[in-house]
Amino acid sequence: MTLDLLEVVLTWLVGGLLAASAALTLVRITIGPSVLDRVIATDVLVSIVVCALGAYAALTDAWTTLPLLISLSLVGFLGSVAVARFVARDRDAPAPDPVPDRLEEES
Amino acid sequence: MTLTDALDVLGLVFLLLGALLCLAAAIGLLRFPDLLTRMHAGTKPQVLGLLLVLVGVGLRSRSGLDVGMLLLIGVFQLLTIPAGSHMVGRAGFRTGQVAPTDIHPGRRDDPA
Repeated sequence: MTLDLLEVVLTWLVGGLLAASAALTLVRITIGPSVLDRVIATDVLVSIVVCALGAYAALTDAWTTLPLLISLSLVGFLGSVAVARFVARDRDAPAPDPVPDRLEEES
Repeated sequence: MTLTDALDVLGLVFLLLGALLCLAAAIGLLRFPDLLTRMHAGTKPQVLGLLLVLVGVGLRSRSGLDVGMLLLIGVFQLLTIPAGSHMVGRAGFRTGQVAPTDIHPGRRDDPA
């Protein structure tokens, strides 16, 4: 009897903590000053979703959720990689002065 | 209390630890001032929190197929998360959101 009560309390605690952290992460996604802050917050939100699906599988014995977790952990990083490639320049240093091309040298 | 009950409660405790790490990461994301510090906070649920949740799921599942899938999930997460974080950090450095003095302390005297 007390075991059931303990399970109920822990279940609500896990759900509440995950919901609160997802809400705070959504706040950061909304107010994030740069695109990269939003990307980091989105990554954290993906891992929170993975944690929540795992907790759902464990708490309701829905073990068919686990292949979904495999696919999420495989492709969850592709969005951040794409946005990072889109945001960044190609070089570390600021771009040097343009070299005069061959036509200007000949003329 | 039998052994299965003890394993179920232990799995719930691991789930609770993972959820606590998720909450810590969310608070860190909201409170930290910088891109690198936010990345530092955000990696907590991506690695340790997820592994704790997977251990909790495995303790409650106790079947070989599910534990194999949980191992696959952990391995894939550990393989893909550093790649994405590396790309994000490099993009932050190249867009000037990370000062060079933040990651090269020897350059602090350098006016450039």
